[in-house]
Amino acid sequence: MNPTTLIWIPLLPLLAAIVAGLGGRWVGRHGAHLVTIAAVAVSCVLSLGVLKAIYFAGVPAFDGTVYTWLVSDGMRMQVGFLVDRLTTLMMVVVTFVSLCVHVYTIGYMRDDPGYTRFFSYISLFTFSMLMLVMSNNFMQLFFGWEAVGVVSYLLIGFWYTRPSAIFANLKAFLVNRIGDFGFVLGIAGIAYFTHSLNYTDAFTAAPHIAQALIPLAAATSVNALTLICVCLFIGAMGKSAQVPLHVWLPDSMEGPTPISALIHAATMVTAGIFMVARMSPLFEYSEGALSFVLLIGSITALFMGLLGVVNNDIKRVIAYSTLSQLGYMTVALGVSAYSAAMFHLMTHAFFKALLFLAAGSVIMGMHHEQDMRRMGGLAKYMPITAITCWIGALALIGTPFFAGFYSKDAIIEAVGESHRMFAPFAHFCVLAGVFVTALYTFRMLFMTFHGPERFRDAPAPDDVHGHDAHQEPGHEHGGIPHESPWVVTLPLIALAIPSVVIGALTVGPVLFGDYFGKSIFVLPANDVVTKVGEEFGDWLPAALHGFLTLPFALALAGAITAWVFFLWRPALADAAARRLGWLRSLLDHKYYFDWFNENVIARLTRGIGMVLWKGGDQGLIDGALVNGTAATVGWFGGVVRRVQSGYLYSYAFWMMIGLAVMLGWFLFQAPP
Amino acid sequence: MHGLLSLLIWLPIAAGVLVLVLGDRNIVIARWLALLASLATLALSVPLWRGFDASTSALQFLEKVPWIARFNAYYGLGVDGIALPLIALTAFMTVPVIIAAWTVIEKRAAQYYAAFLIMEGLMIGVFSATDALLFYFFWEAMLIPMFLIIGIWGGQRRVYATIKFFLYTFLGSVFMLAALIYMYVKGGSYSIADLQALPLTLTEQRWIFFAFFLAFAVKVPMWPVHTWLPDAHVEAPTGGSVILAAVMLKMGGYGFLRFSLPITPDACRELDLLVISLSLIAVVYIGFVALVQQDMKKLIAYSSIAHMGFVTLGAFIVYQIVRATGGGVGAGMGLDGAMVQMISHGLISGALFLCVGVLYDRMHSRQIADYGGVINTMPVFAGFLVLFCLANTGLPGTSGFVGEFLVIIASFRASFWYAFLAAVTLVLGAAYTLWMVKRVVFGPVTSPRVAALKDLNGREFLILGVLALAVIGLGVWPEPLLRVLQPTIHHLVSQAIATKL
Repeated sequence: MNPTTLIWIPLLPLLAAIVAGLGGRWVGRHGAHLVTIAAVAVSCVLSLGVLKAIYFAGVPAFDGTVYTWLVSDGMRMQVGFLVDRLTTLMMVVVTFVSLCVHVYTIGYMRDDPGYTRFFSYISLFTFSMLMLVMSNNFMQLFFGWEAVGVVSYLLIGFWYTRPSAIFANLKAFLVNRIGDFGFVLGIAGIAYFTHSLNYTDAFTAAPHIAQALIPLAAATSVNALTLICVCLFIGAMGKSAQVPLHVWLPDSMEGPTPISALIHAATMVTAGIFMVARMSPLFEYSEGALSFVLLIGSITALFMGLLGVVNNDIKRVIAYSTLSQLGYMTVALGVSAYSAAMFHLMTHAFFKALLFLAAGSVIMGMHHEQDMRRMGGLAKYMPITAITCWIGALALIGTPFFAGFYSKDAIIEAVGESHRMFAPFAHFCVLAGVFVTALYTFRMLFMTFHGPERFRDAPAPDDVHGHDAHQEPGHEHGGIPHESPWVVTLPLIALAIPSVVIGALTVGPVLFGDYFGKSIFVLPANDVVTKVGEEFGDWLPAALHGFLTLPFALALAGAITAWVFFLWRPALADAAARRLGWLRSLLDHKYYFDWFNENVIARLTRGIGMVLWKGGDQGLIDGALVNGTAATVGWFGGVVRRVQSGYLYSYAFWMMIGLAVMLGWFLFQAPP
Repeated sequence: MHGLLSLLIWLPIAAGVLVLVLGDRNIVIARWLALLASLATLALSVPLWRGFDASTSALQFLEKVPWIARFNAYYGLGVDGIALPLIALTAFMTVPVIIAAWTVIEKRAAQYYAAFLIMEGLMIGVFSATDALLFYFFWEAMLIPMFLIIGIWGGQRRVYATIKFFLYTFLGSVFMLAALIYMYVKGGSYSIADLQALPLTLTEQRWIFFAFFLAFAVKVPMWPVHTWLPDAHVEAPTGGSVILAAVMLKMGGYGFLRFSLPITPDACRELDLLVISLSLIAVVYIGFVALVQQDMKKLIAYSSIAHMGFVTLGAFIVYQIVRATGGGVGAGMGLDGAMVQMISHGLISGALFLCVGVLYDRMHSRQIADYGGVINTMPVFAGFLVLFCLANTGLPGTSGFVGEFLVIIASFRASFWYAFLAAVTLVLGAAYTLWMVKRVVFGPVTSPRVAALKDLNGREFLILGVLALAVIGLGVWPEPLLRVLQPTIHHLVSQAIATKL
């Protein structure tokens, strides 16, 4: 593989971002979108070329250095690329979804004054994400990791005059920083044991690190590799929004919808999943870390999905769905089914980006209204959006033949095969999650596209008002919905196609075949995917068999429940909500995570700051010691009536005397 | 080129005197002269950098003439890998200070420029002196212009701030002088190289260590002798804050590397936990304090203390690494990190104070509460401020990341918990910096005064633009700086872990 080609893949979006960002005034709106779309399109084509070379032509993986970042104490830190099959998969997904989102943005952001800035940001994001996935070392991984976080910060706060947006972006950054705190410690641990930051050195040393201990207290040591892997995974928990660091993702919906699709569904939030898969040679040797991963993923998969059932904001429902699906991927990582996690990551990227872009199309059609209680019956007005959204939804709930079926079923079966600690709990969570997924997904479809047309009604009194509305002058609420222009529907169709076929096409090689080859490492004892694969025939019999399995029955039950409660007899839903008041309250408050963070953690932090500042710095150090000393000197001066207190020379004078005394003492003590 | 260091010291001082003579009556000429002199000094640092042989730890560009024969003191100059970057930083940061003052300083403008030029020469003198008495001379002389800058062009409580500033730093340096004299009496030389080679008993080393420690800890500043810094920053004019944060604080860090570690290695080994604890307190405690500041300058001042905690941590972690791993591998990384952190903090804190200056010039307020939604009226400025704030949070790709990353990695070798506490800055640093950004930059326009703000003029754009390039450049490719440091740091580690007993 030609290294120059590889360099251009991330570099083109970076250059485009600079042109659109700094030169926006000169290139104009057209210039900005042309240059960024051209750049990401070329990157996408080059990535496909890499896929062709590395998979179909059998070119070996590329692992090389671009330049030496620094050398410190013999440790060489470099910027370099590792392009193997795992990386290639991510590159193709990232550039393809990014390309769709770029095109879609032309329509979605048409009237926004920040048009060129937006294109600059998403191009910058594409660069950062590519640097992250293509890295061959931890330093660059951390660079990409933080860079995507910053672009996410800038994009969540894109409409910076909105208090909710700038609250959400600060929250997102800080929660991610808690994850990065763990991540950087994990990296430091790797550097400690290998004196290198290159992946290959870390992977080679993994069995050796697994034997080492790190002392934490006088008599307590922990397994070094478990500590390192848990630290790395804490980073993944921040980026991939796993409980309890998930709180930023629903709020990130304050950003424009295209970036919800690109960053907060398809790519950035999956960086944590990708990272753990990339680090499979480390995680495999730590049973403890994998069990922790499994537990966190299970909790996220089930309990975050439940929140989607009670939310009325179309984007937030999809956001909770994303949390739940990321939980599925994490569960897969936790049972050593890395390839299943990556497979679900890929199918999810297509259908979830599709769902978000469809939701964005609905929001545009509804004149920037996001509350599903004011929608209904939209299928008649926006047929393309409705059909593509249905496709995405069917893929999401795991309908046989659709992309999500193959990936989700593989995860559920892999968990069933696993004997790791928490595996039975995880199995329950992922199965119950199937019912919940179908429930919230169909609730969203029914409330949005079917049933009575509520958009003519007066706004509900507790209406949380339209989030995308403020930047759009000239649009009134309550008009007749309309289908979106072709720049919006074209990406929907482009994403709907893989949402249907990508699973059937690739399940053989990617999941059960040799696609990943050596890029993912699984110890033979942990290899649940192979066990699942033994029962797997081909895509067609697997799908037909899928209709007879428990997950399908659960999904069907979820869909029927949604139909009963939200389409056939909506009164039942209200009655159920009244009967289960405590549950409703718990879910409405999102398990009180936000409440706890804002009222306990944030307050406590500011309180500590105030105590240390007013009590420590001003009270104790300045008040008692410094000014106290000055007062003592002044008092003493007053007593001897030689100097007047408060003047500089009096203090200097006393210092001189002190100095003379000390010097005399030193000289007296010193040998001749 | 012989005499280059003398030129770097005396050119700005001579120009400063000339500016002083020209006075406010010829302010236009004086101002241009000041700018040219600062640019010429910066230009002179280029041959210094290019002529420097980065393959050796030996002092270069040596100059030595007898100064006070009676005390065997020499006018001795020279640079090695740790002095060179700091001299370059000094020359680099004086230029934006002169430009930033262009139309802003109206009162006694000529004296203002003169003070900064003279101070520039004296600060370069501190970093290039190879004779301890000469070092002390520059060290103390440098206080005078800074004292005047805060006292004459400062804010409301400038008298309190100047006295506090002067007393703290003077108190510290007096003890350093005592230590130097003691060693002169013992060894008969003020040459720093001789002092480093001077055999000292553990008791002597302990006394000398504490004397140096007082001088340098106040300068850095370390907790709990840090409270002069927020006061001095708040009262200082923009240029004063920039130089104070960008260069003067570095003298403390430089002192630890030049004097404490090589002269009193055994005392450092014995007392390293004291310094490490104070450094970690600076990172954590000060991070919390910075969070609740309502004055932007105070917030950046506290942030400086926290960032300088990485410098002292990186310098003294050496002994713990040797103790924990039984070897010197990785010990130099902490020192590398300390040096990079000093340069990076010089650029970032300088840029942040210049940004606050831009706002202060327009609204005459430093209170966070008086701002809000600045991005609406000053989008270009907001872009710069957000960039520098992200750099302040240690974002990879900016210089702020490099030093912290190296120090955290090095600390892990000593103990997981050092790395843990140091890494807390990732969260706290982001919290206090970006919370300020949220309240100052983002949001709707909060007051008619913010609504009337004008975006950057060409002069302001130029200086912030150049600093932005430097911050990003050092973050993307720090290797040129590390290459210069390498042999000197290597030598320093061997001095620090050797014993004099």
